Amino acid sequence: MDLSPLYISLKVAFIATIITIFTGIAAARYVLKIRRFKGLIDGALTLPMVLPPTVVGFFLLVIFGKNSVLGKVLMQFNITVVFSLVGAVIASAIVSFPLMYRTVRGAFEQFDTNIIYAARTLGISEFKIFWGIIIPNVIPSIIAGTVLSFARALGEFGATIMLAGNIPGRTQTMAIAVYTAVQAGDRAKAYNWVMIICAMSFASIILMNFWNNLQYKKSAKRSDF
Amino acid sequence: MSLYVDIKKVLGEFTLNVKFTAQEEVMAILGASGCGKSMTLKCIAGIETPDEGKIVVGDRVLFDSEKNIDLSPQKRKVGYLFQNYALFPNMTVEENIGSGVNLPKKERFRVVKEKIKAFYLEGLEKKRPSQLSGGQQQRVALTRILVSEPEIIMLDEPFCALDSYLKWQLEQELMDLLSAFKGTVLFVSHNRNEVYRFSDTIAVVSDGKIDAVSKKETLFKNPQTFAAALLTGCKNISRAQKLTEHTLNAIDWDMILYSSRIIPEDIKHVGMRAHYFKYTENVDSQNTMTCDVTKVIENPFSYIIMLKNKNSTVGNGFSKIRWEVDKDAWKAISQKNIPLRLIFQEDDLLLLS
Repeated sequence: MDLSPLYISLKVAFIATIITIFTGIAAARYVLKIRRFKGLIDGALTLPMVLPPTVVGFFLLVIFGKNSVLGKVLMQFNITVVFSLVGAVIASAIVSFPLMYRTVRGAFEQFDTNIIYAARTLGISEFKIFWGIIIPNVIPSIIAGTVLSFARALGEFGATIMLAGNIPGRTQTMAIAVYTAVQAGDRAKAYNWVMIICAMSFASIILMNFWNNLQYKKSAKRSDF
Repeated sequence: MSLYVDIKKVLGEFTLNVKFTAQEEVMAILGASGCGKSMTLKCIAGIETPDEGKIVVGDRVLFDSEKNIDLSPQKRKVGYLFQNYALFPNMTVEENIGSGVNLPKKERFRVVKEKIKAFYLEGLEKKRPSQLSGGQQQRVALTRILVSEPEIIMLDEPFCALDSYLKWQLEQELMDLLSAFKGTVLFVSHNRNEVYRFSDTIAVVSDGKIDAVSKKETLFKNPQTFAAALLTGCKNISRAQKLTEHTLNAIDWDMILYSSRIIPEDIKHVGMRAHYFKYTENVDSQNTMTCDVTKVIENPFSYIIMLKNKNSTVGNGFSKIRWEVDKDAWKAISQKNIPLRLIFQEDDLLLLS
């Protein structure tokens, strides 16, 4: 069996997750800081989570297509997004982004503002407050968001097939391979991919629960004093 | 280092408009919840921005709306002890204390070590805030503030969340630790006993405004306003009308009272503390009210007797009299089974304008 869909899926999900970690945290911080149009911007950032993935894919096609401004600019640098691995990464990143953004934003919102105020009155710089105090205290949420985003990116289908297509060995991910196999009537191949996907998804959830338990035990041990 | 504050801030329906000066002393800001005490502290610390006004510490201007000066909280050198202490949960005790020290690493280590010893925190250096008791947390928070070398220190209801036994202990501890501090200490509270034990000067805040600023002894002996009387624990207050130089009509109590002090022109209320009443059997002595007992409430060491004027038809919340009396004294009185007469002693009346 050709294992390229597995490698492509992992590669795409891995890169997409790294992108969402940084953009998700940055966006969460930005949205909490702004005063005007907060609801509007928050809505726009969350939209990819609730829209049908095909609609997201359609928008991406319009944005990155050959006839768009951005597509033309990227063409100058010899980058093609449509029907390429870059496209698959972008589609997965956009669709999994809201999971990261919302999880981290929730953690930021719940963070005790008095701690931030206290740090300011102690003369600690905003940079140090963010990286030295806020981020270390919301690490559990960042990890939860990362696992969710990775699982979502791994299972991404609709937006990916719209933007990156279904090119075996280049943009065909596991989820798309299942679809292709069923279309071609190759039940055995479909079963194989289904089993691999189920095992990986299940493993990531087990991993997350394990991590949560670890955190819980840690904090229980601390307050046991 | 003196502190001058004159700020105004509008928050919806509520307007904060406070002005006061504090010297190198412990100054308490006494007020009911929601009167603007904490907002005042936050404005001084730079966490909130006043709409207009001026904040000066010594000769350093922290905020001046006219000159467009608004220092960041980082530059204000104002220590702020939060109600929940606001320790950094991800840092150990020594990291927490060292976080506000802006010195080279070696020097910082030495200063932190020295302070840990001075504030009896040895052995806790590597512990995290969640592993400390409430008292230890407070000590760490205060040490952290003192190490950052502030010019003024502000305490926001530091004992509010504690039970009374622990509170007493922590209060003593905090006073000891703060005794070494040379600048102004602002202490916010709604508890009159705490404020009396802790501070030199008291500013009474009511509805966003400073009602009165005075030495604590003066304030408790002679609160000059309605809010000050209430906050210093006066339980009996009646509307009042000036009649002559020394007599007034207490409207809600329905009686004429004689005061040894000259009654101010703008008197609005007259007050009487619950444990200052004297009891008499004499019918025609001055400032006496014949009372009906409406309720007897038992406290651990005293009785609270709720009364009303027997010869009056005025019946509202203010016309009730609350009298606090020793258990033995009340037992003796209640056995006599005669009408109860209370004396409002002429020296004890609080004249409020």
